[in-house]
Amino acid sequence: MRTNFNILNLILISLGGLALMFIIAPLLGMFLNTTPTEIFETTQDKEVQQSIWLTLSVSFASTLVFAIAAIPLSYLLARREFFAKKLVLGIIDLPIVIPHSAAGIAILGFISRDSVIGQVAESFGITLVGNPIGIAVAMAFVSIPYLITAARDGFLAVPIRLEKAALNLGASPARVFFSVSLPLASRNILSGMILMFARGMSEFGAVVIVAYHPMITPVLIYERFGAFGLTYARPVSVVFIIVCLVFFAALRMLSRERPKR
Amino acid sequence: MLEIKNISRKYEGFALQNISFSVEKGEYVVLLGESGAGKSLILEMMAGLILPDQGEIYYEDKAITNEKIQKRNMGMVFQDNTVFPHLKVKNNIAFPLKNQKLSPQENQQAILDYAQKAQVDKLLERWPETLSGGELKRVAIARTLASKPHCLLLDEPLSSLDVQLRDDMRSLLRQLNEEGMTMIHVTHDFEEAISLADKIGIVHQGELVQFGSPKEIFHKPKSKFIAKFSGIKNFYKSIVIDPKTILLENKVELKMPHGLSEGQGFAMFKSEDVILSSSRIDSSIINNFEAQVLEVIPSPRGMEVNVDIGIIVSTLISQESYERFQIKKHGKIWIGIKATAIHFIEKE
Repeated sequence: MRTNFNILNLILISLGGLALMFIIAPLLGMFLNTTPTEIFETTQDKEVQQSIWLTLSVSFASTLVFAIAAIPLSYLLARREFFAKKLVLGIIDLPIVIPHSAAGIAILGFISRDSVIGQVAESFGITLVGNPIGIAVAMAFVSIPYLITAARDGFLAVPIRLEKAALNLGASPARVFFSVSLPLASRNILSGMILMFARGMSEFGAVVIVAYHPMITPVLIYERFGAFGLTYARPVSVVFIIVCLVFFAALRMLSRERPKR
Repeated sequence: MLEIKNISRKYEGFALQNISFSVEKGEYVVLLGESGAGKSLILEMMAGLILPDQGEIYYEDKAITNEKIQKRNMGMVFQDNTVFPHLKVKNNIAFPLKNQKLSPQENQQAILDYAQKAQVDKLLERWPETLSGGELKRVAIARTLASKPHCLLLDEPLSSLDVQLRDDMRSLLRQLNEEGMTMIHVTHDFEEAISLADKIGIVHQGELVQFGSPKEIFHKPKSKFIAKFSGIKNFYKSIVIDPKTILLENKVELKMPHGLSEGQGFAMFKSEDVILSSSRIDSSIINNFEAQVLEVIPSPRGMEVNVDIGIIVSTLISQESYERFQIKKHGKIWIGIKATAIHFIEKE
């Protein structure tokens, strides 16, 4: 029995290690093939700086703005039963399964000058295509399922009895939502927002169709690769990955920090 | 003051049927029944958490049956306390105070007052996850009191508390009631009900089978279930065969001290009113039987000896008597039942 167990362990560790190496090796290779000088020079490149700033700020803003609608939807999905709820749940997962270039085409049609939304924006002097707003819409489209799912799980984990107890204490349904349900689901919501933010800033396929310019970093990497080759695309990739990892780790740590008891 | 009229409700394969009772202001009513009998459901309908399929609920002659939960002002203390885990004790108590538009000083004072009333004033700065079950229950009570409810609806408030905490909580509940709070309390514990209630409602399989003072319930239980629930194990369907004799379960005759009119009903007597002896008792007791011992069960009050005399009779004797009579399973023993200890309840 003991021998069997050890053999099983050996197989599990070997296969698991291979899977882990599969993720680590290409990234490590990229890091090892980039000299510190190249990284330093890339960080000084104005175009790179601007694109990283644009990527982070647009993804962040897109997460915040779309959360205003995504969180109430998550609450409805967690608490109410309604006709075609399963269909709605399926629709929410759609952006994850469709090709992101196809998503980009869909969004382009949705916000172009010929569309209603595009025309309304034009009347205010804003062209959505090729604009950070268009980028934000494309980022949100592909990343919003992560927030909705995480927030819904958060609301589902709040005992309904706590909400009923709050009502019983005389609180209005709105107060129950803001002072009981939302704070108790906040950890999941925050975690969903971090995922949405991270997924949004790494998006390429949908964004490149909606807005080649102004250039977000994934598009810049693609452009450098197309124009100058691997050697020029690699340092930008490394810098962007470092920035993403730092942000992701910092946000994760913030969301995990528990209040003192 | 509070009136429940013919409430019925089907709920997850279970049905509450035609529940009616009323509660006067300042009264302590206990709904007593086994787990799953439907007691908590009645409480939840009073609080508005669930709406009845039929029937009405009135508060001071005003129908509140379909009133929103937050407008009813029925203070529910849930069995699992439902203290908000993300708020400190003081903020839990302050939660219902928000509706009362108090100044910051008045708010602080009110928190302290309600905390003192429920004896949690030392815990105000604590987080719920650091509190014991008894402390959480008290916080839940303080918070509910802060909502200034018309009455307190208590769902099994003493369950999951150890003996000492249970006594303390019982005195707190009694004290709140003495201060004028109307209480409706759900439990499965008969002693808890007796010790607190002005009125007891017995709930059995979705029906309110009896409602009255503890004395009425105890002395005139309307069914075998209630009698057993109240701790009386000797309860038999009986027929009066002559003014001084009743026939129990069509098997055993018992002599009664006073004249009975013809009819049917139930005979009952307490286990401790059955006298055991090794031979026939030569005494004033006229109901003597030779019995076979079926089983002996140790209980906190002594030894419970169940015997067969054609019907099964439960008796209760001290440990000393048990040893003296050398009672053994399947052994023979004599029992005597005092005629004056037998209650006959005519079937209505």
